[in-house]
Amino acid sequence: MTGASPLPLRLESVGLSRSGKNVLKDVTTTFAVDPPKTVIIGPNGAGKSLLLQVCHGLISADTGIVDWATPQNARALSRAQAMVFQRPILFRRSAVANLILALKIAGFAKSEWRDRADGALERTGLSRHAATPARSLSFGEQQRLALARALVVEPKVLFLDEPTASLDPAAAHLVESLIDEAATSGVKIIMISHDLNQTRRLADEIIFMHRGRIKERAPADQFFTRPENDLAQAFINGELLWRRRRSIFDGALVDDETCSSEDFNKS
Amino acid sequence: MDVIWQATLASFSMLMTLDDRLIEVILLSLRVSLTALVIASLIGLPIAACLAFTRFPGRKIILVSFNAMMGLPPVVVGLVVYLLLSRSGPFGVFNLLFTPTAMIIAQVVLVTPIIVSLCRESLESMRREYHDALRSLGATPAQAISVLVWDGRFTLATAHLAGFGRAIAEVGAVMIVGGNIDHVTRVMTTTIALEASKGDLVVALGLGVVLVLLSLTINFLVYGVRSLGEAKVAS
Repeated sequence: MTGASPLPLRLESVGLSRSGKNVLKDVTTTFAVDPPKTVIIGPNGAGKSLLLQVCHGLISADTGIVDWATPQNARALSRAQAMVFQRPILFRRSAVANLILALKIAGFAKSEWRDRADGALERTGLSRHAATPARSLSFGEQQRLALARALVVEPKVLFLDEPTASLDPAAAHLVESLIDEAATSGVKIIMISHDLNQTRRLADEIIFMHRGRIKERAPADQFFTRPENDLAQAFINGELLWRRRRSIFDGALVDDETCSSEDFNKS
Repeated sequence: MDVIWQATLASFSMLMTLDDRLIEVILLSLRVSLTALVIASLIGLPIAACLAFTRFPGRKIILVSFNAMMGLPPVVVGLVVYLLLSRSGPFGVFNLLFTPTAMIIAQVVLVTPIIVSLCRESLESMRREYHDALRSLGATPAQAISVLVWDGRFTLATAHLAGFGRAIAEVGAVMIVGGNIDHVTRVMTTTIALEASKGDLVVALGLGVVLVLLSLTINFLVYGVRSLGEAKVAS
């Protein structure tokens, strides 16, 4: 079961357009085993989710290359990675049956299903809910179950799309510690977050995106103390990033402007 | 008023004593409609899955057609099947007209659109919901379909009950293609129509009661299946 990690994942000039708009532009980057936790931040519409889905293979890029290091067949590759969505997508089955289905699809031997599923439930603190229909769990429990389902197949890479966005602080904390544990056990974490405090707590490395491009990529401490990109600086200071507008007179692009939220409130 | 009262009493005693005539008619009804349901399901489920899981030109038209066919008037279906099976029709050589088989064929035509439309709707909405998760887990198309069918089993069962309800209650189609021949093609609905027109309210009412009980049972089953589904899988 413990195959080689398919990392590093290399993206080269990846572009994607949706209904005529370029939502990912010339994204070139590499995700390596080290550092363990990469957090992608940026304002809404920056293309974070789409980038994650392109990496995970849920959507294919229009242009550019998405290339995993070890040449593996599609099945082995899909087994080496897992994803947790912002809203947990759980099957209409009991909690334990959700995990067993993941194990079955991943091709684990039937004799291992029950033990592995029980182990995953225990690690996520859901043992007493094993027989509960997954969709009647509380939202926090559902997200933990989604995380358990992603981890039960022992992926090498775990993608998380704002996994705590709709959780209360306590539930978010539980999910964060599970993510931390996974990273410690050697799972590469690539995660989107809208919560800067959470990003501070979790991230080893930060990618800042804005309007379809990666604007900055830096180790977490460096990013928060002295971000190079002015937009990133504005973003971590809680300022609003104005969209680039087209001048109505000459069609020329007006440069990025930033505007603090205080200014915004005054006007 | 007195007549109705007496007829009701008589029909209940007929039911209680399990009158042979009555039992024969009820059993034939069940046989015809259940067989039609099974065949309609075998035809309808694959079509529903195709329409739910694939995209091709003309799909919308097929979809709308099946939706429209849910409301086909049974008499018209009966008439068309009659023409097809009659001696001069294209399938006349099989000698099927005025047999239970002809009645089954007509009911298959009535039930299949219901199975297709309702199952397609359920499978498609489940697919939309599960799609990313199944892709992410790396499910093959076959695995994905089996997950969708299993997780949607309660709504699929409800669709089948609706189809059975239509088959068992319709009179127009079986009357035309079956001919309402005593001991051969006489079912509950055709008997009711005949006895009522003859003025024999006892048999008509007795069968009416059975039919109403049956459709009540079906509705309770639908309700039961739904709430079982909700309890078991929180759908």
